[in-house]
Amino acid sequence: MLRRLGIALLLLLAPLTAAAQAPAEFADLVERLGRSGFAETEQAVQGLGAAGDPRAVKVLEALAAGELYLRRADRKVAIAVAAGDGLALTDAATGEALGQAATREVERIRLNNSLRRAISAALGALTLLSPDPAVRRSAADAVFKSRDPASLGALDEAIAREANARLRRALEEARAAILLTGEADPAAKRAAIATLAARGDRDALALLTAAAAGEGELAAAAAAAAKTIEQSLELWNAGQNLWYGLSLGSVLLLAAIGLAITFGVMGVINMAHGEMVMLGAYTAFVVQEAVQALAPELIGLSVLFALPAAFLVGGLAGIAIEQGVIRWLYGRPLETLLATWGLSLIIQQAVRSIFGPTNRQVVVPSWMAGAIEVGQLQITLSRLAIIVFALITFAALILLVRMTRFGLAMRAVTQNRPMAAAMGIRTPWVDAFTFGLGSGIAGLAGVALSQIDNVSPNLGQSYIIDSFLVVVFGGVGNLWGTLLGALTLGVLNKLIEPVAGAVLGKILVLVAIILFIQRRPRGLFALKGRAVEA
Amino acid sequence: MSALLGRDGAAFLGLLALAAVAVVLANQALAPDAALHLPGYLVVLLGKYLCYALLALSIDLIWGFAGILSLGHGAFFALGGYAMGMYLMRQIGSRGVYGNPVLPDFMVFLNWTELPWFWLGFDQFWFAAVMVVVAPGALAFAFGWFAFRSRVTGVYLSIITQALTFALMLAFFRNAMGFGGNNGLTDFKELLGFPLQAEATRAALFVASALALGLGFMLCRALARSRLGLVMVAIRDGESRVRFLGYPVESYKLVLFTLSAAMAGVAGALYVPQAGIINPSEFEPANSIEAVIWVAVGGRGTLIGAALGAILVSALRSWVTGVLPELWLFALGALFVLVTLFMPRGLIGLLAGWSRPRARPAAASVRTAPATAGD
Repeated sequence: MLRRLGIALLLLLAPLTAAAQAPAEFADLVERLGRSGFAETEQAVQGLGAAGDPRAVKVLEALAAGELYLRRADRKVAIAVAAGDGLALTDAATGEALGQAATREVERIRLNNSLRRAISAALGALTLLSPDPAVRRSAADAVFKSRDPASLGALDEAIAREANARLRRALEEARAAILLTGEADPAAKRAAIATLAARGDRDALALLTAAAAGEGELAAAAAAAAKTIEQSLELWNAGQNLWYGLSLGSVLLLAAIGLAITFGVMGVINMAHGEMVMLGAYTAFVVQEAVQALAPELIGLSVLFALPAAFLVGGLAGIAIEQGVIRWLYGRPLETLLATWGLSLIIQQAVRSIFGPTNRQVVVPSWMAGAIEVGQLQITLSRLAIIVFALITFAALILLVRMTRFGLAMRAVTQNRPMAAAMGIRTPWVDAFTFGLGSGIAGLAGVALSQIDNVSPNLGQSYIIDSFLVVVFGGVGNLWGTLLGALTLGVLNKLIEPVAGAVLGKILVLVAIILFIQRRPRGLFALKGRAVEA
Repeated sequence: MSALLGRDGAAFLGLLALAAVAVVLANQALAPDAALHLPGYLVVLLGKYLCYALLALSIDLIWGFAGILSLGHGAFFALGGYAMGMYLMRQIGSRGVYGNPVLPDFMVFLNWTELPWFWLGFDQFWFAAVMVVVAPGALAFAFGWFAFRSRVTGVYLSIITQALTFALMLAFFRNAMGFGGNNGLTDFKELLGFPLQAEATRAALFVASALALGLGFMLCRALARSRLGLVMVAIRDGESRVRFLGYPVESYKLVLFTLSAAMAGVAGALYVPQAGIINPSEFEPANSIEAVIWVAVGGRGTLIGAALGAILVSALRSWVTGVLPELWLFALGALFVLVTLFMPRGLIGLLAGWSRPRARPAAASVRTAPATAGD
């Protein structure tokens, strides 16, 4: 009890004593840290906090970590780190190295709880008033989390001095957090509730919910504020899920878009499509290793090198499959399904034999790592890049099919093969290259997936069923349907997931698609006319 | 009898009976150190092959005769297996690790206090035996009702059957489903009071599998040679035409699909006591597709070929995975490709081609079937 009183008294006195002290010499204050007695040390700590010397931060941090020692020989205060058997000393005041010392030659400056509080308050004051805005920002966040009443004085001063509006708001929020959880008059508390309600994130919600637990007008105000935050957070949450859904949708789009060409446009069911994706991912890995070995300074660009390489690998593999197997099976879709399944087994096992069964790492380049925050949304840059990439690929494909001579030939052959042949289009040639195009896009998808998923021989397997469902759902033979189908399925998955759980959500989506196919057996955008039955 | 089955059918049944008798004699009558003695584990292995053969028959019934390629028949097989597994779990009684007389171990482990409603009745063999047929049959009926009525055909049907078994696999992996989750059902002790580890029980299970295969074959053959069988083949070769002639195509397909699923369920139920375990990996789409390749290897639409294909490919699998495990997926993949490219009628077709160089018109229709069936 007495101890508590003492702490409270010290806290009350803290700003006073700090103000009373003349800006003493830094070195003198550091030296005073080493004098015997907690009270003396504490005064020195407060002095350091008030003096505002940036060098004090390091000393105080060392003190808090228990790394500040007193050398017995000359009573010098030193920061010590373990080195060999003994300790390597650095003069706390000047930063000079003092050489090695055995543990018995020094004595640790001891701490008690009151001293720890004084240190954190002084550190808070030092960092809150730091000239560096980034330091002030992190200090404000730290105070918001610790809600240490001892920082209040420094906070007030920092708020008065702060010119940056965003930083001032962060500081005020930290102050509000302290006031709301600590002792303060009702008016101040009400203002604090308003400030926190304006902050509107999960931390503020936690504080307000805690404050709403009691009785009375204040608790009611806190409860109301918490409710508002909850509602807005729910909206943000839905937004976040929507974002995840779009991200998943773009991955599905990438995986399915090649399939939309081979299965949708050509009518060839290629169960080895997932393996083309997997080959693309391994191409990204091989290119990364090659760049690492040949030109390590270009490693950040290895993904960009991997894209054309993966397109070529996937495309050539696709043309080989078409020439070797599929063209003998045109018009026999069930046989094509079985034969390509067999190919997928062979490709998987071949990759497993060459690269081993374990996952391979493809490093995300630094310019794609990290995340940006928009309001309460977390936007991962790699996911954003994949969404953009998927849309670009889609647009390029649409343009290719619509605008180029090859696209024209492709559409002609798929719509009416004999007539196209009669017009002089070399249909076997078009078949092979169309299939190569679809497989090449699968390779591109593999590079994109290597950025967010494990590169393993089973990579393709995990996407193949989903990809088929996307194409079937969107409507076979319609690229726009594939786009809409992929995004719909992605968003649907992620919106159901938080409610029903990941596995159940997936099952529900599968069942929904199965039911949907019952209603519209030919997908969202069905081809109309006689061509359908042909 | 042989008029209904045909000469080849009678030969197949005779061979099956001979093999069953020979296996039982070699296992039971010969002393363990005799040269021709068949060890117990081989009896179990052969018994499992027979279950695979029954599964292949059920696939051939719908694929070979009605042109419905199901890539999810493993789901019906597994459902039948689970029904049997549930009975075997209840038979363990208080001999489980936790000694609970009613609840299987995994439920005690999950802190469940009561048996879920769908486990009730599985302590009775007759009930489990009924469910072996009813559970897969009901699922196939419901699924087929929706699928056939909205005229989902060809590869679309194949893909959604694959999605069906995939969804079931995910569902059965969940502990909350009440089927043992990841680990499935295992640690079985006895079936109808006979200990499963005993050689005699194993031999009896083998005989039961052979009987089921024989009966399944006779049923399929009878169906194929009946008027129903003719309509089935007609549906395969020209669905729209049969519909325009006034046949309710959907009903025919639905009956056949349900029957086939029930057969697959029986195969699964016989498989589980011999394998000693049933877990959700049985639902894996890859298993179902492998079963389809058995049929393709043996010869689609021949029934005998399907059964032989299942046994041959499974035996090959056991042998290759024993000698060179890395090689198996290459071999299986090559099998898929080579059979579809070079042996569209399977081994039986190849044999028929050797013995009768000029193909009969009926055989030719099998050849052209897929072109129309999948569109």
